[in-house]
Amino acid sequence: MNDEIKNIKKIIINSSFELDCGKTIKNFPLAYETYGTLNKSKNNAVFAFHALTGDQFVTNVNPITKREGWWTTAVGPGKAIDTNKYFVICSNVLGGCMGSFGPREINPETNKVYGTTFPVITIRDMVRAQKYLLDHLGIKKLLAVTGGSMGGMQVLQFTSLYPDKTHSAIPIACSASHSAQNIALNELGRQAIMTDPNWKKENSTPDKGLAIARMAAHITYLSKQGLQEKFGRKLQDKGSLKFGFDADFQIESYLRHQGATFVDRFDANSYLYITRAMDYFDLEKQFNGNLSLAFKNTKSKFCVISFSSDWLYPTIENKEIVIALNACGANVGFVEINSDKGHDSFLLDVPEFLKTISEFLNSTYNEINNNEKRI
Amino acid sequence: MKKEFEVISQIIQSNKRVLDIGCGDGTLMEYLKIKQQNDVRGLEPQKDLVQKCISKGLSVIEGDAEKELVQFPKKSFDYVVLSQTLQAFLNPEGVLDQLLRIGKQTIVSIPNFGYWKVRLQLLIKGTMPITKSLPNEWYNTPNLHMCTIQDFVNFCKKKNIKIDKSMCLTNEKISEITNRNMSYKNIFSQLGIFLIQ
Repeated sequence: MNDEIKNIKKIIINSSFELDCGKTIKNFPLAYETYGTLNKSKNNAVFAFHALTGDQFVTNVNPITKREGWWTTAVGPGKAIDTNKYFVICSNVLGGCMGSFGPREINPETNKVYGTTFPVITIRDMVRAQKYLLDHLGIKKLLAVTGGSMGGMQVLQFTSLYPDKTHSAIPIACSASHSAQNIALNELGRQAIMTDPNWKKENSTPDKGLAIARMAAHITYLSKQGLQEKFGRKLQDKGSLKFGFDADFQIESYLRHQGATFVDRFDANSYLYITRAMDYFDLEKQFNGNLSLAFKNTKSKFCVISFSSDWLYPTIENKEIVIALNACGANVGFVEINSDKGHDSFLLDVPEFLKTISEFLNSTYNEINNNEKRI
Repeated sequence: MKKEFEVISQIIQSNKRVLDIGCGDGTLMEYLKIKQQNDVRGLEPQKDLVQKCISKGLSVIEGDAEKELVQFPKKSFDYVVLSQTLQAFLNPEGVLDQLLRIGKQTIVSIPNFGYWKVRLQLLIKGTMPITKSLPNEWYNTPNLHMCTIQDFVNFCKKKNIKIDKSMCLTNEKISEITNRNMSYKNIFSQLGIFLIQ
């Protein structure tokens, strides 16, 4: 695994970078991956921002975890975000654990991993760091920025910080400020990690805490109806109830499996830092309570997408973004996709959703190419 | 493109900001955008139609005009278009107030319930009228508040709404409505198109 980690593509950000928390960092790595080819006019680049537990390996097999990339359903040759046509970029967020500067890195001053001495980062910090990657790749203007969940928050932050850096933006299943319910759920996960006796212990990891955090979070990514249809009250062994506390029900063993496999690929402290960044995200507050000011100067065309059964980032929160964009006269379309797969819908094979992104991107791409020809 | 849309796009001309309410599959929007270089937005309650519009590159928001219009700022569009939908709202008066607030000018078209074939069916057959432009039965029609051309003009007067243009479609032919021909047009036209503010 270590060899593979060494092969991860990275840029080193040399300039001193002031974080929102007030601390300054310098000479830190940002890991990334690209798919497809950047065309001559450099106008086919799509920046995909990953969600809480994602990484830069959007599609194909992730070389580190050996599992499929997190957005294989949407990104790849011939897929909605077609890598035969577009150049897809994704970077591991600041605070992540797939090669970017995060709590798992070694602090050169102490020669120990940062752990909880790592500075608290924000969505804005993540996005500002990723802007360096764009400059490094020599891309003046993206075709699109997109992402779901925390990826969507980065989309909003990006368009707000850089109003003329992308032709279009597709925020999916997200929110412009994290709700009390979402902060509460994140806190539940963090407490599970922090109360694990192995947390902060040298040479050990709070695997149990992290697994429980993942189990709880995983429930929030699904919907009641989806769970009922997939698992119902089905038993693990077809026989009968065992009258004990082993995983009698299929849903229990499914969740246990989700928790157990997660700890192999994710760092517990990264989980703390990234969930914190999500909780701190409040674009409205960045603009003194007026969200539409966040998009005042935007030149991008937006396509906001939500899912009918998503109760974590419900349609109503996505619509707040649409309302703010409308209030400042921005170019915005919005559709709620019918799906019973909950928040996770954006990662799954939901044909109407994939068709919408594919066609929106395609029409935007044609539009800018026609305009360039005309000029 | 249907005659009604030709009339509407002629009123709008080019390089304007337009909001099309109940934009359907975006036929009018596409024409206004591509042929007349207008900056167009749409609002449509039906998901599949919204998706169709988005795939054409049109910026359309899924939503219900009775709830969504409040979010648009005052006079933020040169034209707001409402084609044959006014009669389907629970509160057409409220919607119209919003249209007039958002648009510098508003284009409203209404299927004319005073059309002679409609009158005749009710008079002779004694049943709720079914025509080309009103194809549904009374029990499944989306139209809750039907009105005639005369009704709409009276309504505008009562509400102090200024009518800049009133036109009508009679068998696909467009003509102007005047005070003098009003009762005639109210019998022989299928559709009224009004530019108001």
